[in-house]
Amino acid sequence: MNLSELRTGQTASVTRVGGDGPFRRRLLEMGFLTGTDVYVEKYAPLRDPIELILKGYHVSLRVDEAARIQVENVREVKTAHA
Amino acid sequence: MPEKSITIALAGNPNAGKSTIFNNLTGTRQKVGNWPGVTVEKKEGHLKTNGYDLAVVDLPGTYSLTAYSIEEIVARNFVLDEKPDVVVDIIDTSNLERNLYLATQLRELDTKVIFVLNMADLARERGVKINADKLSELLDVPVVFTVGNRNQGTQELLKTIISVAEADIDFPRTRRVYYGKDIEKAVGELSEFIREKTSAELPYHIRWIAIKLLENDRIVKERILQSANPQGEAILQEAELKRQRLRDFFDEEPEIVMTDHRYGFIAGIVKEVVKTVSKQRVDVSRQIDQVLTNRLLGLPIFVFFIWAMFQLTFSLGAYPMDWIDAGVGWLGEGAGRILPEGLLADLIVNGVIAGVGSVAIFLPNILILFFCIALFEDTGYMARAAFLMDKVMHLIGLHGKSFIPMLMGFGCNAPAIMATRTLESEKDRILTILINPLMSCSARLPVYILLAGAFFGARAGNAIFSIYALGIVLAISVGRLFRSTLLKGKVAPFVMELPPYRVPMFKGLLIHMWDRSKIFLKKIGGVILIGSVIVWFLSAFPRQVQFSRDYQAEIAQIGAHYGAGIEAAHGDVLERLVSERDEAVSALETLQAKEKIERSYIGRLGKVLSPVFAPIGMDWRGSVAILTGFVAKEIVVSTMGVLYAAGADEDEKSEALKTALKKSGMTPLSAYAMMAFVLIYVPCLATVAVIRRETNSWKWTIFSIAYSTTLAWIVAFIIYQGGKAIGLAVC
Repeated sequence: MNLSELRTGQTASVTRVGGDGPFRRRLLEMGFLTGTDVYVEKYAPLRDPIELILKGYHVSLRVDEAARIQVENVREVKTAHA
Repeated sequence: MPEKSITIALAGNPNAGKSTIFNNLTGTRQKVGNWPGVTVEKKEGHLKTNGYDLAVVDLPGTYSLTAYSIEEIVARNFVLDEKPDVVVDIIDTSNLERNLYLATQLRELDTKVIFVLNMADLARERGVKINADKLSELLDVPVVFTVGNRNQGTQELLKTIISVAEADIDFPRTRRVYYGKDIEKAVGELSEFIREKTSAELPYHIRWIAIKLLENDRIVKERILQSANPQGEAILQEAELKRQRLRDFFDEEPEIVMTDHRYGFIAGIVKEVVKTVSKQRVDVSRQIDQVLTNRLLGLPIFVFFIWAMFQLTFSLGAYPMDWIDAGVGWLGEGAGRILPEGLLADLIVNGVIAGVGSVAIFLPNILILFFCIALFEDTGYMARAAFLMDKVMHLIGLHGKSFIPMLMGFGCNAPAIMATRTLESEKDRILTILINPLMSCSARLPVYILLAGAFFGARAGNAIFSIYALGIVLAISVGRLFRSTLLKGKVAPFVMELPPYRVPMFKGLLIHMWDRSKIFLKKIGGVILIGSVIVWFLSAFPRQVQFSRDYQAEIAQIGAHYGAGIEAAHGDVLERLVSERDEAVSALETLQAKEKIERSYIGRLGKVLSPVFAPIGMDWRGSVAILTGFVAKEIVVSTMGVLYAAGADEDEKSEALKTALKKSGMTPLSAYAMMAFVLIYVPCLATVAVIRRETNSWKWTIFSIAYSTTLAWIVAFIIYQGGKAIGLAVC
């Protein structure tokens, strides 16, 4: 399953970041490493982009970019400590 | 004792509080410009302390030092090539892990680095405690705590900077990222290979070169080819071989594996130095965002903020604009009185003062606008604006942040283009700059009001609205076209941090506002001055015009004709006679002014160009009006006033000018074609000057002028000829 399929308020762990070289590297540098927990804070009013919380900070990604991030272990959590 | 100078580079993640520290260090003694060759903003400041002269260079905020974005290249090259005495890395303490990624890369460059743990108070509030001694020990780097927005820790930072700069030791290189057995082996072998192959001095130390070559770093590869000749090729081949082997082994690009290892190294450090005391308490910033980027409220609130910014900029700005306008008028009059009548007076009054004045009038707009933008940026709202609008801007292949400059274009393109400084990607900036003039600025409105008022009567509003819509449609089409041709390349990923909201510092806001406005005043002033003088020259020369009639004599004759009558008359008769005489004189004067401009260089140019304008329904008078509109688009109206012989004082509401226009052979169709042309063609002089300044390239400036004028002609041609073909000319 990929990150863009998650609903607001869900957390999942990154398994793999796809896409081309520079994009993957940029995401990894921003902390999207295998095993990192990512929390879906909200979708923008026009449904794109997505606001995520990981490693204690907020970051936004476009939906088609989030679709390139494979995740597992999806769970509902109330507060984000991702 | 002569002062010793020290160069300091400030590095750090965006939003780590770098510019606050920069302001704390240097105060208002800052210089804002561009990095050579690129349009990334460069800030430099100076301070003197304890007999040292410190030059502080603010590097672009980056998350990493890979060579992907222009900001990263600029930051890295500065550290590598300019060799600053000390690199100060500003770290957001409440976001330590990600901030340490850049920090480890800076450590790898083997320059003298100081880590500044900024906003430690925020981290403490969140229950995060950091053991600075441990961090300092683990990374072999001095660590200083600061609270930027309270100006705490600045003195200690200064002391540390000086002692580190003066220390005569190389930083020990023992504590470094360990990339795992296989990569370390490759790094070692490649280093050895490089050492054998090169006798000459290499630009950087060898381990770093080997690491970068294994990461396939474009810039380092180029440098090696240049400096390690003739062995450069061999080195690159060896590196590629090793990359291939690692790729096969890991089933992954080596640079990805190495990124993983850096974060692994960081995770180890974080585990040792960070102690989380309590769970997160109420996150105010997150709660604010529940409202400001709310699914239902987010967009309306955004629209309100933008509306408020517009109101402030253009309504509040209107008052000081009037003062400046009056001041410029007063200055012109004064100069006209003091200076002896003649060429010099004409040049100063009508060329320099009027020309520069027509641009200086935008200063209040620009100050207010930049204050608002600084407020958006310093609070963190700018990132939210981009978050909200990205979907819309993505249609043109642009980033959400391009929305604000585009919107500002409806007010005035000059500050709007300067607002593109907030965009990080150079391609995004250039594209936004190129299509920005298609947002119809307020200076074009008088032209529309005049033409639409004269030819469309009750439907004038619709006609004007359709011109604005045309501009937006063209901006989208042209944007998409340029994005897929000239500015090709992948759309920059929208990996954008949404930093916590912060209360901005008033001093910081003023500094940001002033830094940017200063550029407008200083640099633009020069170009505008020259441009105004050129246009003045073209319309004031040749001085001696061979008029078709002797206007002076005729005016004298009228004076004589009425003279006796006026002397004898009184009461109503006197008034009537005086007004009759004045009317006759002013009619002649208008005719003379018309003939003067007709015979001036710009008039001749207009006539020469009239075959070009004929297919879009404009006669030579229209062409001249369009030419003078280059200085400022509202001038089109006053030129038409002169040329259509209605008098130079006419404005867009003048009935006389409207009547004159209708009689001149213009049709609603040709008027509409002209409106479209005025919308699209060459941005005004001020905007062109700003484009030159902001793109840092004559090539893009000339391209902007050329494409807009060509497009204007094509669109006007389609409207006029197309309209004629389907029989609209008579409507």
